[in-house]
Amino acid sequence: MNSEPARIELNEKWCKGCGICIAFCPAKVLVAREDGKPLVENPEACTRCGLCELRCPDLAISVGGKQHGGKN
Amino acid sequence: MSVKDLVDRYCRVDKLPHIWCPGCGNGIIMGAVIRALDKTDFDQDKTVIVSGIGCSSRAPGYMNFDTLHTTHGRALAYATGVKFARPDLNVVVLTGDGDCSAIGGNHLIHAARRNIDLTVVVFNNSIYGMTGGQFSPLTPAHSYASTAPYGSIDRNFDLCKLVQAAGGTYVARSTAYHARQLVNLIATGLNHKGFAFIEVVTQCPMYYGRRNKFPSPVDMLKWQQEHAVPVKAAAKLSPEQMAGKFLIGELHREEAPEYTAVYETDVIAKARGDIN
Amino acid sequence: MAAKTKCKAQLLSGNEACVQGALVAGIRFFAGYPITPSTEVAEGLAEELPKIGGRFIQMEDEIASMGAVIGASLAGLKSMTATSGPGFSLKQENIGFAAMTEVPCVVVNVQRYGPSTGLPTSPAQGDIMQARWGTHGDHPVVALMPASVRETFDLTVEAVNLAEELRTPVIILLDEVVGHMRERVELPAAEDVELFNRVKPTESPDTFLPYKPAANLVPPMPAYGDGYRFHATGLVHDETGFPCGKGADGNTLVRRLQAKVEQRQPKIARAETFQTEDAEIVIVAAGSVARSARAAVKEARAQGIKLGLVRPITAWPFPEEAIDSVAQTAKALIVAEMNLGQMILEVERIAAGRAPVFGLNRIDAELITPEDIIVRAQEVTNNVR
Ligand SMILES: Cc1ncc(C[n+]2csc(CCOP(=O)(O)OP(=O)(O)O)c2C)c(N)n1
Ligand code: SF4
Repeated sequence: MNSEPARIELNEKWCKGCGICIAFCPAKVLVAREDGKPLVENPEACTRCGLCELRCPDLAISVGGKQHGGKN
Repeated sequence: MSVKDLVDRYCRVDKLPHIWCPGCGNGIIMGAVIRALDKTDFDQDKTVIVSGIGCSSRAPGYMNFDTLHTTHGRALAYATGVKFARPDLNVVVLTGDGDCSAIGGNHLIHAARRNIDLTVVVFNNSIYGMTGGQFSPLTPAHSYASTAPYGSIDRNFDLCKLVQAAGGTYVARSTAYHARQLVNLIATGLNHKGFAFIEVVTQCPMYYGRRNKFPSPVDMLKWQQEHAVPVKAAAKLSPEQMAGKFLIGELHREEAPEYTAVYETDVIAKARGDIN
Repeated sequence: MAAKTKCKAQLLSGNEACVQGALVAGIRFFAGYPITPSTEVAEGLAEELPKIGGRFIQMEDEIASMGAVIGASLAGLKSMTATSGPGFSLKQENIGFAAMTEVPCVVVNVQRYGPSTGLPTSPAQGDIMQARWGTHGDHPVVALMPASVRETFDLTVEAVNLAEELRTPVIILLDEVVGHMRERVELPAAEDVELFNRVKPTESPDTFLPYKPAANLVPPMPAYGDGYRFHATGLVHDETGFPCGKGADGNTLVRRLQAKVEQRQPKIARAETFQTEDAEIVIVAAGSVARSARAAVKEARAQGIKLGLVRPITAWPFPEEAIDSVAQTAKALIVAEMNLGQMILEVERIAAGRAPVFGLNRIDAELITPEDIIVRAQEVTNNVR
């Protein structure tokens, strides 16, 4: 198993801060920033299930891979 | 494939971010469609995405294929022309609940009846989003819309049952919440030879949500999570337990002659005198 | 040029000649919905298209037929539909889509008596303005009006060629009489018929702009599946084909659409003239009415009345020159049509008071006869003396 914490990248420009990724992350990896966009608070807890990617309406978040305009 | 790779390959990146409201399900479904396409061995240059008019029907504009944004309700008619003219092309139709069940309802019935090889993904957000929240034939009875300020008295109907009864040979339903299942159902539909229909229960937070006491998109996804019942689980439930709930999963699949193939083997062959 | 090989004479109706013309012109896709008096076009193509690997589909209605035709054309096939009044009305929104997205297609409208269900088997010419303005918004239109079986063949070929050349819907306005009458005709051999195929792009998909016009204002057109991955939308779009939502782009686009047909007006628009040189009164009549008018001209001249005829072959663009010329020489013009006055509006506009313009209109489902025309000509003669 990969023991390194997951790299979760957010495309700031595309994210509209709907909060879906934060609400439904099974491992509670993400918390809301003031603007509603996700902050990666517990990367160690990420199981790389990819649900945030699948449910992101803006194609703006990615787990373990690259993202447009992505920053960790 | 990483999200970046997916987007680079299947989206028109310069057109993003899209126009949809925060939390709108359209982007989730478009993401599912490109992931499903990625699971097939379709040639991207031989795949055409067709839509009608509506918020959801804007999706093809973001997708890196041959794309056709038609008139309201008529996507299936145009798609039938594309597919029948060039059966070697893969044709995918993206449509809204109003687009495909109201103004386009007749085309839906007849495309299903012909069993022509199209894959249809309906973005069912229970409302006319683009025009500002009027009720559609799939708006649940008694819910509110701009043209139903006292609650809709129109009875909504089950589009999947309609398509099955009309002759569609692959029928499935999922939700924006069940995005992983959705990808798989669409992929199966894409590979199905015949009329494949996938209804996606999704959210319009802007117009349906606001009027019907869903404070946020998250609440709408929760509703989907709580009201969708997988086919297998539903088999163990009583009609009372199923009241107010809906089925998700593969609802129907059969093999039947596909329209463009039958035109070759029957009509063209007979016309040429190869068979009588 | 190869020697013209003539086929043997055959007895055909206008609708059947339309089928023959479509096949020779390269139509390989037909979608339609049955309606009198156009149904023979669909029936003929249902039989003939599969023999040559073409495709015929009966759709659930005329809206769907028009949509399927546009889809098939985008997929690369020369495509056509046929209908009559009520169905023509239903097709209008999608005809506008074809004009906006520049998708070549041919719409045959065998005009019948209206409005509404009217008199389904009776002739009329009530769709001249619908052909021009049936869909909303400014848009170019080409509409052709054959007056004989042979001409129906020729104009069907021309309609297909013009649609392909101009990338715009082209309408064939038959009337019930021309559609159903039978005449002995000799059709040219297929190899003697000149065809036009839409121009495909030569540029690579990376640099290609799908709505960037060539010098003739018509953009080259790839087919779906050619690897260009282009977007077609009825929304106002720029040269990339994508919607831009700006009025300025709408201005550029719709003016170009209009101009690409308008600048070809001298080549497309035409009329046949018959004994107009010394005519004191000129009849303007199209389609089946022109046949009566021709007979009337001969008979009137035998009686000493100097009658002439201008027969518009194109309804749109309207043959301005022919009208302009007789407006300068004739004492009066009579526009004979099976409606309450549609073509007359164009004639009045062009004559601009230089010659008075009178109508001769019948809407009792009977043909306008040569006698009707002579009687009217006598009335008008008395009037203008
Ligand atoms: C012929 C015609 N009638 C009406 C409209 C206006 N119109 C545009 S989108 C739409 C409804 C779209 O609703 P739906 O299909 O559910 O898609 P959504 O916007 O919710 O994704 C309507 C009525 C139109 N564009 N064309
Ligand atoms: S109006 Fe509704 S359907 Fe349209 S983009 Fe906004 S949330 Fe989505």
